[in-house]
Amino acid sequence: MGWMGETIDSIKSIQIRQLLTQAISLGMIVTSALIIWKALMCVTGSESPVVVVLSGSMEPGFKRGDILFLHMSKDPIRAGEIVVFNVDGRDIPIVHRVIKVHERENTGEVDVLTKGDNNYGDDRLLYAEGQQWLHRHHIMGRAVGFLPYVGWVTIIMTEKPIIKYILIGALGLLVITSKD
Amino acid sequence: MHSFGYRANALLTFSVTALAFICAIASFSDKFSNQNPSAEIQILNINRFKKQSYGNDEVSLTLDISADLQSLFTWNTKQVFAFVAAEYETPKNSLNQVSLWDVIIPDKEHAKFRIQTSNKYRFIDQGHNLRGKEFNLTLHWHVMPKTGKMLADKIIMPGYSLPDAYK
Repeated sequence: MGWMGETIDSIKSIQIRQLLTQAISLGMIVTSALIIWKALMCVTGSESPVVVVLSGSMEPGFKRGDILFLHMSKDPIRAGEIVVFNVDGRDIPIVHRVIKVHERENTGEVDVLTKGDNNYGDDRLLYAEGQQWLHRHHIMGRAVGFLPYVGWVTIIMTEKPIIKYILIGALGLLVITSKD
Repeated sequence: MHSFGYRANALLTFSVTALAFICAIASFSDKFSNQNPSAEIQILNINRFKKQSYGNDEVSLTLDISADLQSLFTWNTKQVFAFVAAEYETPKNSLNQVSLWDVIIPDKEHAKFRIQTSNKYRFIDQGHNLRGKEFNLTLHWHVMPKTGKMLADKIIMPGYSLPDAYK
């Protein structure tokens, strides 16, 4: 009960200047995180330089909850590479391995077929209606490195959004009631 | 300065930094391993070689694959993904790579093997260019670490060819 009284006192005693300073420092933290994210996008050449593995289709190599670092270069796509791609009309990226490549002679355009290591069949079932191959513009990056388990935070926050709200609420409370 | 919050924060930051450092070193140690894998592939039989109703050639073959990939395994290796691909050229396509068979090797004991198998994935051309076609069989491997940077390489074995007529 004493803690409640202290909290209410500290909320009452906030001056405008102190509040503004805290709001600005919070804004600085958020924008520097954004700057780092955008810089990563530039350096790796990929729209999402870090993705979380959501399904078990690449086990035992990549388990659900692992984080993958992506890189996209102009190098041609070759069989065996693990690529991340978006199917038209779906916004969840898929991380699978390239098993077939047919590259055109003149234009360098390429037809690609992918398959998850742990799946029985190839990905034609996942592609859009009538689509047999992936093309370069579907592919967002190649996986070059990974960290295990770190992505569980993102999965939990997506699947149980209440945890996200609790976390943000607690952070907000901490910012407001901290003495500096 | 000595509240629980500050101490917990300092502890968390330090442990995350230490973990990241350990992961980086584990990945770096992979550079010092000496790797010399070897492989040999023979085509035992061409089971079927025909033109599909859409006009594309399809081949079904039986392969004898023997390989020793034990030197690729380090303490930081989670698994090695190996696959055999047929690579060839056609007038329309400067490069075709078709994966015929793959395997997940979970540990060093399973990395030396010999297997006779028909192709796991269908060998279908874009067109009907496969009669008499010469192609390479390439054994690719992909070392997936417990943490860090992945490594991929291959052995190219040239000199295979398909029969001149459908079967």
